[in-house]
Amino acid sequence: MLKRRPLVTGNKTYKDVTDDICELIERPPGIHFMGLFLSVQVLFLFYLVVLACIVYTGMGLMGVNSPVGWGTDIITFVFWIGIGHAGTLISAVLFLFRQKWRTSIARTAEAMTVFAVMTAGLFPILHTGRPWLAYWLLPYPNQRGPLWVNFRSPLVWDVFAVSTYATVSIVFWYVGLIPDFATVRDRAKNKVRKKIYGALSLGWRGSARDWNNYEMVYMLLAGLSTPLVLSVHSIVSFDFAVAQLPGWHTTIFPPYFVAGAIFSGFGMVITLMCIVRHLVPKFKDYITIDHMEVMNKIILTTGLIVGYAYGSEFFIAWYSGAPYEQYVFVNRAFGPYGWSYWIMVSCNVITPNIFWFKKLRRSIPVMFVASIFVNIGMWFERYVITVTSLHRDFLPSQWGMFDMTFFDLGALIGSFGMFLFLFLLYLRLVPAVSIAEVKPVLFVGKDKPGGHH
Amino acid sequence: MANPIENVVNKLEDLLRPKTKSGLVGIWLDDHKMVDAARMVRESGIQKFEAISPFPLHGIDDAMGIPRSIIPWVTFIFGLLGCGLGTLFTYWVSAVDWPLIIGGKPMFSLAAFIPIIFECTILFAALSSVGAMFYINGLPKIDPVIIDPDLTCHKFALFVPEESDGYSKDNLEKIFKDMGAIEVRPAEF
Repeated sequence: MLKRRPLVTGNKTYKDVTDDICELIERPPGIHFMGLFLSVQVLFLFYLVVLACIVYTGMGLMGVNSPVGWGTDIITFVFWIGIGHAGTLISAVLFLFRQKWRTSIARTAEAMTVFAVMTAGLFPILHTGRPWLAYWLLPYPNQRGPLWVNFRSPLVWDVFAVSTYATVSIVFWYVGLIPDFATVRDRAKNKVRKKIYGALSLGWRGSARDWNNYEMVYMLLAGLSTPLVLSVHSIVSFDFAVAQLPGWHTTIFPPYFVAGAIFSGFGMVITLMCIVRHLVPKFKDYITIDHMEVMNKIILTTGLIVGYAYGSEFFIAWYSGAPYEQYVFVNRAFGPYGWSYWIMVSCNVITPNIFWFKKLRRSIPVMFVASIFVNIGMWFERYVITVTSLHRDFLPSQWGMFDMTFFDLGALIGSFGMFLFLFLLYLRLVPAVSIAEVKPVLFVGKDKPGGHH
Repeated sequence: MANPIENVVNKLEDLLRPKTKSGLVGIWLDDHKMVDAARMVRESGIQKFEAISPFPLHGIDDAMGIPRSIIPWVTFIFGLLGCGLGTLFTYWVSAVDWPLIIGGKPMFSLAAFIPIIFECTILFAALSSVGAMFYINGLPKIDPVIIDPDLTCHKFALFVPEESDGYSKDNLEKIFKDMGAIEVRPAEF
């Protein structure tokens, strides 16, 4: 009979699981962590300064112009939203598929989703140029008519999709955290910690009736998040696909964007998990090399889907016989922005193929580097889609170029400061592996008297 | 005269403070034995009692006779409500209150409104389900009774309140001890 691999290594008992995971919250951080945290904080402060400059002076500081009216802000927004998708895929979709290996990475992946969506959300608001009027995006009774939003516009769909996604992700994440906060509360020796985590746990008791309703809600949220996450990136792709612009106006965009989002998101999960495993060696028993290998397989699969989408786009451009469409694609690969196209292809189509080999799939340094390449490639994918389609359209007299300024780069790089700042804070303040979810799968792959699996 | 704000705070605290019952508790280290004990307690004729565990236990619902949660109905009804309100709102805004011809589309362009309606459905369904869970489970509560702090870590407990029909301290003590409880004592929960 095929033997299942254990999901948690190191022969842990229930008590060990609690101790291992809560320890991170209860002891002061080490030198490695503090070093990383301080440098991330500097980057975050730099980001705030860049944002303040842009808000104070105006969008003129960034590279957007006519005809390239969508620049770094939109590219980076799509990039971060995409990152978030892997977290929901792990926490919701894999839950519905009863993939038990998801339990030890779901919490951190879901946290990544929440922080990525928070980071992403700032960009379209910044792009409006007058962020203090961003609430105009919402339909509310006002004294300007009342003037309502245009519900036929994909940009309004996006406001609804992203805000619903952010809300439901945060709620889903928090519901998962309630029993774990209760665990931290009950073992707290420190009075302040007991109070704070007691409030966060909402007075959770863990009776069988509580669990009965809790598990039902958890499953329902997973079931609701699954179509939600697919809708979000489909709607993000509609921002492009609904416009009558060659290179954007294609029906392949929704599935292509969703696959790309999962691809980049898993890239980011691998990057973060490598960092977590380095910072917290104890977590290697929970986030095992088997987990990393499975995620690399998903990167390989979605990478192939993305590669297929690139090919299909080219084929359809030729097959459609539309000269503008054909020109856009030739211009993408061989025009002035050809370099970005080939960066995208080498990072997204070529790099993941190393994961055909088991040895490379299970090597931490290899996957760390590859995951960063995946993320670079996916940022460039959005760059290619946005910039190459806009910079040359129907009339050559309207052609132009897009050059990134210092502030474009600052906002892009600085956003990693915000994301990592939130992530590192999370790592020390919240149980980073779901305690209540790992315990039931503790004995998977092991022979335990009286056990089921 | 007491401060009115203080009054409100006190009332709120009373509302959020759990009402406890006294009874007998048995504590186990092995979850399977605890589930078996729960079945025996139920077979002895006691219907209302509690099991406390650090994670959801396989088979405890059957052992204790806990019915399927009613929350899916809340999700369904509020999902429908979100869907209906989303449709109504987009229709009212686009065709009644602010009718504008945009892109030659009809005033009530249902196809273009589906993303909005869909997101409203999900948002209503998700938030109402969580709200229902909070309501049914009585969350939030302040200062919940903690029988043993390890019950959110590695211990499992059964609590039988004195007021339940068929409560007999000696009989329960015997069941708990026979089933391998490491600790049996009177408690509040």
